[in-house]
Amino acid sequence: MVAKPGLDGHDRGARIIARAYRDAGFEVVYTGLHQTPEEIVEAAIQEDVDMIGLSSLAGAHKYLFPRVVELLTEKGAEDIIVCGGGIFPDEDIEKLKQAGIKEIFTPGSSLEEIVNWVKKNVKPR
Amino acid sequence: MAGHVRTVARLIRDIDDGLPEVREVLKELYPHTGNAYVIGITGAPGVGKSTLVNQMLKHLRKGNKTVGVLAVDPTSPFSGGAILGDRIRMQQHSMDEGVFIRSLATRGHFGGLTQSTRSAIDVLDAMGKDYIIVETVGVGQDEVDVVKSAHTTVIVVMPGMGDDIQAIKAGILEVGDIFLINKADREGTDRTVTDLRLMIEMDQKKYEKGGWKPPILKAQAIFDKGVVELLEEIDRHGRYLMETSSGYRFRKRKDKVREELAEMVKTRIIEEVSNRLTGTGEFDRAVESIVEGELDPYTACDNLVLPRLGIS
Repeated sequence: MVAKPGLDGHDRGARIIARAYRDAGFEVVYTGLHQTPEEIVEAAIQEDVDMIGLSSLAGAHKYLFPRVVELLTEKGAEDIIVCGGGIFPDEDIEKLKQAGIKEIFTPGSSLEEIVNWVKKNVKPR
Repeated sequence: MAGHVRTVARLIRDIDDGLPEVREVLKELYPHTGNAYVIGITGAPGVGKSTLVNQMLKHLRKGNKTVGVLAVDPTSPFSGGAILGDRIRMQQHSMDEGVFIRSLATRGHFGGLTQSTRSAIDVLDAMGKDYIIVETVGVGQDEVDVVKSAHTTVIVVMPGMGDDIQAIKAGILEVGDIFLINKADREGTDRTVTDLRLMIEMDQKKYEKGGWKPPILKAQAIFDKGVVELLEEIDRHGRYLMETSSGYRFRKRKDKVREELAEMVKTRIIEEVSNRLTGTGEFDRAVESIVEGELDPYTACDNLVLPRLGIS
């Protein structure tokens, strides 16, 4: 599932990622813009996805991304892997990973790299 | 089953993946089905089906009805992947415990879509949903078959589609119980009404005998115009079914059961034969023999299929 949490309206990146996954043979649920972590987690559970890819370009990632992981754990769905993409200061990346975000992709990551990471690290449950 | 969202979600995935274990679960569920009212929504891409479903959800929830939504989107024939975007328009309901939304990809397996969607309907039915809405792009036989499982099928069109109406005529006119012209503020709405009326009236004889005559409605789903009227017509169609057949138990009516069982048998045979063929290399060898001119495809097919069905 590709989701855009928070208030930023820049979904070009998220759409391109969704398309790249589709072209690699994945079924991608796209939630659209302006989602709360609660909405994202509920959707992920109903759709029974293997992974959530979060995209954020507005600076609220330090709250939004870990909140998604937290809610998944509360709902007993911690087996759903969470990744993130966007523009982040270097010092945030380590913190996000510590908060349970499995991988972070920043500008410069190629689509191929992102898709391959998923192929390698996300196994259907 | 009521309330176990994770269990239901997982079950639908296993159905979609065609896991054999799932059959046992479905067998147990079946006695608990037959209580939900199933609405099929179909129409070309971009006519506003998801927006319409979103508004329907709002009104059904106001009436305290619980709803399950199955949104079917096409699989790319090239990569096998799919972008399932129907949720975008419905996300405002995702936090509502009375609503369960699930996206499904068509995946392109023979008749498999029909089968897995019907099973998913059974699951949501057993989960206790009052209404189940199945949304599909109305192209292809599989999708037409899916909406045949609905009590009421709504065909959504928009003005100015021109020849697309012709395409509907060829394929799914017969399955439409209600026609809805969405985006009815656009030019060409009256023309579309006329076109639809003409097609519907070609079946005049059927209505004279007391058959259901599909109404033509206008709506602007995005502004919530015409949605309440649609729900009223769906209700009216439901009452018609009650009076003329076993009504809400419609999916357990003899002709429905016959039709669905026939398809289930067909799908199962294909599945069993394919499973036994996979990995033996026989299929590829048969292809080679035909290419080399050693064998004709008819004999090759007999050789592959008959022994696996116990026919020699």
